[in-house]
Amino acid sequence: MQREWMTIVAHQSIANQTYLLELQGSLPQFVETPGQFVHIQVSDDFFLRRPVSIADVDSDKGSVTLLYKVMGKGTDALTKKQIGDKLDVLGPSGTGFPIDELMTNKALLIGGGIGVPPLYCLAKNLKARGIEVMSILGFRSREDVFFTEKFQSLGDVHVATNDGSMGTRGFVTDVIPQVDGYDTYFSCGPTVMLKGVKEQLKGVPGYISIEERMGCGVGACFACVVECADEEDTKGYRKICSDGPVFRPEEVIL
Amino acid sequence: MIDTKVDLPGLQLKNPVMPASGCFGFGREFAQFYDLSQLGAIMIKAATATKRFGNATPRVAETASGMLNAIGLQNPGVDAIIDEELPFLEPYNTPIVANVAGSTMEDYEEVAAKLGKSTVSALELNISCPNVKEGGVQFGVDPELAYTVTKLVKEASAKPVYVKLSPNVTDIVTMAKAAEEAGADGLSMINTLTGMRIDPFTRKPIIANQTGGLSGPAIKPVAIRMIHQVYQAVNLPIIGMGGIETTDDIIEYLLAGASAVAVGSANFKNPYICKELIDQLPDALSAHQFSSVKEIIGGVHHQTTST
Ligand SMILES: Cc1cc2nc3c(=O)[nH]c(=O)nc-3n(C[C@H](O)[C@H](O)[C@H](O)COP(=O)(O)OP(=O)(O)OC[C@H]3O[C@@H](n4cnc5c(N)ncnc54)[C@H](O)[C@@H]3O)c2cc1C
Ligand SMILES: Cc1cc2nc3c(=O)[nH]c(=O)nc-3n(C[C@H](O)[C@H](O)[C@H](O)COP(=O)(O)O)c2cc1C
Ligand code: FES
Repeated sequence: MQREWMTIVAHQSIANQTYLLELQGSLPQFVETPGQFVHIQVSDDFFLRRPVSIADVDSDKGSVTLLYKVMGKGTDALTKKQIGDKLDVLGPSGTGFPIDELMTNKALLIGGGIGVPPLYCLAKNLKARGIEVMSILGFRSREDVFFTEKFQSLGDVHVATNDGSMGTRGFVTDVIPQVDGYDTYFSCGPTVMLKGVKEQLKGVPGYISIEERMGCGVGACFACVVECADEEDTKGYRKICSDGPVFRPEEVIL
Repeated sequence: MIDTKVDLPGLQLKNPVMPASGCFGFGREFAQFYDLSQLGAIMIKAATATKRFGNATPRVAETASGMLNAIGLQNPGVDAIIDEELPFLEPYNTPIVANVAGSTMEDYEEVAAKLGKSTVSALELNISCPNVKEGGVQFGVDPELAYTVTKLVKEASAKPVYVKLSPNVTDIVTMAKAAEEAGADGLSMINTLTGMRIDPFTRKPIIANQTGGLSGPAIKPVAIRMIHQVYQAVNLPIIGMGGIETTDDIIEYLLAGASAVAVGSANFKNPYICKELIDQLPDALSAHQFSSVKEIIGGVHHQTTST
């Protein structure tokens, strides 16, 4: 992990309040697993950094692609940054999906909203290893939908929107019963969604990526802990920023 | 040559800069950014008698010029800290200050006794954490309780004790005097100020614990005022903290009466902050025409306004 002033090489709106941000620097060469994130200092006006997942890595260009949604002051200020500007970034942070240890032939990816970005990086990695990929992507409405064509180039895609303006009306959990043939699932999204997915796919091996408000983002402040499911566990907790954000669903209590 | 050395009870500091408790874990994470031997000392995360999970999440919220936190003293317990965390820090040529916390008098006594036999150089008695319901807070706002717990901890171990004062009181000097009378070797000030934030959309407090402790530049003027008051009334060295981010902040703390400083939440923004401040300090002192840290301590001028 390092702190680096990365250069913005692309920045554009790709859906409702959703932006693609490409950053260049030496950090990309240290990315180890899909699911890792960067911790961004938007400007001096903000006291805390903002965690954003790495959606793609281009090792030739030395760049990482981030996809973010405007959720408040920090992400809104981020939209004002222009190509050529430098951004204070800490990373790559966290422990992502353990792609080297996977025993899977067909993966089911389930993403909700801003949980979709890290799954793109994962999908590309799985595909490159000859693993079949199938995705269920959930959004609020048609205007919020992004990257579905990119996922389509890697495998089957099912879209769910809350208002039914595209794909299945409802949540990703309403689509899960429509698909089969997968042996492992990977999910990222709001905690309520992850809870539903975990419940519905009990018995299927899986990995989930969790979100929590962060202080340090490096594992020192204990802001981002999640309770460990194993009562015998000596620590009793996992830190989302350093032990995670990716966990086995049976490892933690959501 | 600029002399940055400071001698405090139990702490021979090569420079006056150390990370504040709770903002630096047990050092492991920051060891990947720079050599911890450069630090004046390390104040480690609070230790309680048994392991504590802490409060529900979310535990932090951003504020103007600072942040709120309600971690709730999460830590693996004093035995695990001694067995598993201290051995990592010992090889560094840096004194360790252990932060002692608890809910009852007996807790404090047990933790202090155990740490008294460990390799730490000094104890920082945390009677000021605003985020634990049982105990904690009362010890820091009631001078009699502060006196009793300080005395107990002094008796339980031979290590020098720095009492960490809470700013959530009307009269900080009374609290400082209580610690002094009980035999404290130094003071550590300040801990966080109790605060709260509410999300206008959900109409709920942002922090699950509802309230949290405010830290960062927002609290610096409060800390400077309190240190200035206490420095004049009490004969104990003070480790100052609250919103330190620059070498000028450090000089301001020293002028107010602090003998050394701790950097807290700024470590979250910039993990290299302590190292950078240590590197920049000699030049900053020269720029202000100082040749040592010692000569600055308590050097604030009392200007009398004449008409
Ligand atoms: C590991 C991880 C990966 C993430 N990846 C992405 C991503 O790829 N794309 C994306 O759009 N968003 C992502 N998020 C969520 C993103 O961090 C928040 O939406 C963002 O921090 C909101 O900042 P703000 O200043 O706009 O909101 P504000 O509400 O103004 O922020 C105030 C504070 O709350 C924190 N905060 C607010 N919402 C969240 C949240 N949902 N999660 C964590 N902290 C929050 C902020 O970091 C900041 O400290 C991720 C979060 C985590 C923990
Ligand atoms: C996330 C966090 C955790 C903290 N944990 C502790 C702790 O365990 N013990 C303690 O005495 N102080 C704790 N503090 C208080 C700091 O040590 C320090 O007194 C305070 O944050 C003011 O300094 P700052 O403004 O530089 O952060 C904590 C502060 C923060 C932000
Ligand atoms: S954010 Fe500090 S431990 Fe995870």
